[in-house]
Amino acid sequence: MARFAKKTTKPGDEFINDSYEHGYSFDNKDYSFQSDKGLSEDIVRQISSMKNEPKWMLEQRLIGFKEFQQKKNPSWGADLSELKFDDLSYYLKPTDNQAKSWDDVPPEVKETFDRIGVPEAEREYLAGVKAQYDSEVVYGSLKQTWEKDGVVFLSMDEGLEKYPDLVKEHFGKVIAHGDNKYSALNTAVWSGGSFVYVPPGVDVKMPLQTYFRINSEAFGQFERTLIIVDEGASVHYVEGCTAPQFSSTSLHSAVVEIVIKKGATCQYTTVQNWYKNIYNLVTKRAYVYEEGKMVWTDFNMGSKVTMKYPGFVLAGKGARGEVLSMALAGAGQHQDTGAKAVHLAPDTSSTIISKSISKDGGRASYRGLVHISPEAINSKNTVVCDALLLDDKSQSDTYPVDKVFNNQVEVQHEATVSKIGDDQLFYLMSRGISEENARKMIVNGFIADLVKKLPLEYAVEMNRLIDFEMEGSIG
Amino acid sequence: MSLLKVKNLQTQIDGQPILRGLDLDVAEGKTVVIMGPNGSGKSTLSKVLAGHPDYESTGSATLNGQELFDLSPDERSKAGLFLAFQYPVEIPGVKVLNFLWTVYTQKHPDRETREHKSIVNFRDFLQEKAKRLDIKPELLTRGLNEGFSGGEKKRLEILQMAVLEPKLAILDETDSGLDIDAIRIVAKGVSEIKKQTGMTVIVITHYQRILQYLDYDEVLVISGGRVVKKGGPELVEELEKTGYGQIR
Repeated sequence: MARFAKKTTKPGDEFINDSYEHGYSFDNKDYSFQSDKGLSEDIVRQISSMKNEPKWMLEQRLIGFKEFQQKKNPSWGADLSELKFDDLSYYLKPTDNQAKSWDDVPPEVKETFDRIGVPEAEREYLAGVKAQYDSEVVYGSLKQTWEKDGVVFLSMDEGLEKYPDLVKEHFGKVIAHGDNKYSALNTAVWSGGSFVYVPPGVDVKMPLQTYFRINSEAFGQFERTLIIVDEGASVHYVEGCTAPQFSSTSLHSAVVEIVIKKGATCQYTTVQNWYKNIYNLVTKRAYVYEEGKMVWTDFNMGSKVTMKYPGFVLAGKGARGEVLSMALAGAGQHQDTGAKAVHLAPDTSSTIISKSISKDGGRASYRGLVHISPEAINSKNTVVCDALLLDDKSQSDTYPVDKVFNNQVEVQHEATVSKIGDDQLFYLMSRGISEENARKMIVNGFIADLVKKLPLEYAVEMNRLIDFEMEGSIG
Repeated sequence: MSLLKVKNLQTQIDGQPILRGLDLDVAEGKTVVIMGPNGSGKSTLSKVLAGHPDYESTGSATLNGQELFDLSPDERSKAGLFLAFQYPVEIPGVKVLNFLWTVYTQKHPDRETREHKSIVNFRDFLQEKAKRLDIKPELLTRGLNEGFSGGEKKRLEILQMAVLEPKLAILDETDSGLDIDAIRIVAKGVSEIKKQTGMTVIVITHYQRILQYLDYDEVLVISGGRVVKKGGPELVEELEKTGYGQIR
């Protein structure tokens, strides 16, 4: 779109289209363990034995592996035909132990997280941090005040070791192993991820954050997270994801299970900025008891393909759920995102707001399921899907499904598709704003009501990432 | 000294000629009224001068000797041109205060020399100006023109003008859709900015109403894409009586 041209451009003033901040990587030859490429029952057993797991966990893994082999890729959603399971490594262990101080982390790992800004964020506004590098969590911290209140923030591996009963009680209960091919795969080969327990009545006022970094090429990262928020407690958990700029594809396939007890609240924020070679196939769901509340704030900018539909099962009377989802699809990207809202109890309410931005031929799809059971009388659901197209070659589509099994409910659905128009650009430019900045402004304005649900630091970072994505988008 | 000089301006949209050899010479500090029947090219002239991409033009238009057609719309704004839109567009989620702060800091990047150092100072200034234009303070925290009434949009245009302090302000039918009280407030707002900055003003209008509240120097009538008549305030009265029938 150079319609507003007339502007003199300097020679050599070229835009780099594929600019990505986190594209660097480090050699992995010094890792403490690397599994062979491809997946077999032996590899599943090897992972379990290296982790010294209880027998019941190995059994879970083997069930998962069997389900993975039996299940087909979904017949809907994004194209997964180029994802070759035999080309991937399934377990890459960078270090032997999780460090408690950044000084004890290998220098290249530390440099990676320094560049992402983790130690700084940890000092300034986080209650606790985990840093996962390929298959393992290599660093972890939790501020003392929260530890004193009984908050538990561990890697999933540590969680299994120290709280085996809690893990056994909930593992695979919110999301069945065979929920889909990728939840089964995760169950078979999971490593890393977070285990969070917040005791009754404790309000963790600062976010807990985990940073997921893929460093190696042709690798699969399969973290497993379990968050239990006990009665009346509340917590905000944030995850950020980046990966190097490789031409070969990698897979990120997480399972996140959240249990929200009576009157408790959990917000789970994702800032997904994978490099555009990653298949991001993630299953996330919360089980919400009476008067509990789950909020998913899900921001997807990176990856080649994302298929992710954060969900909640509103199982107790008066339980509430929200999904606030933003997807930006650029050249070669398909963001197939959405939500799953299952109402099983009376007086439950849910809101799904999805905003997608498509540019440079990218495709963003909203896929949503709203299921309201016969018991869920006096329930409410609102779905709002807004799509913004930045050019004619980009695509947006919506696939909403409502299954309502009682008639004492309120269900609303709104959808809009808009294009950045010449008139909007002209208006802003006529106030002295350059075309590029005008585009950034319009896009940031489009997602403003979602971004404002984030703590300030993340809101600022989100606007910065959007600006970065929009840079050089005038061809 | 002339500020805006338009020579032999010919404009088409989708192959349809609209302006057919329009000439214009507006002296610095003057207020010039442009009137004309529907479809005469009045609004096209304002959009072409501001740089709307839908129009193809030949000829020349200079502001302070600088050729506008060499500049993109943002560069024209930086050169001192301001268009108060007939139909201001909505930009959802872009808060008025933040937007105008961006506009202001782009115009005055040097913190040391600008009048309002911080967004807090600027907000105070903006609230004061908004009050004088009868703009509800809560509108400043809403998205730009988002859900504004027609009258609120027009008043916000004048607020933007006050922030940008242009050399040349073009009011494109700013009075249309406004009630008489709103017209008075808007006209007063423009007069105040003019008094403070000495800006030049072009008022494009159908009606005499707004002219009751503005001092102006010259009246031009456009018809068929050309200036067909020039005169003083008496021309307005004449048009009001006889309509455009005779000059069409």
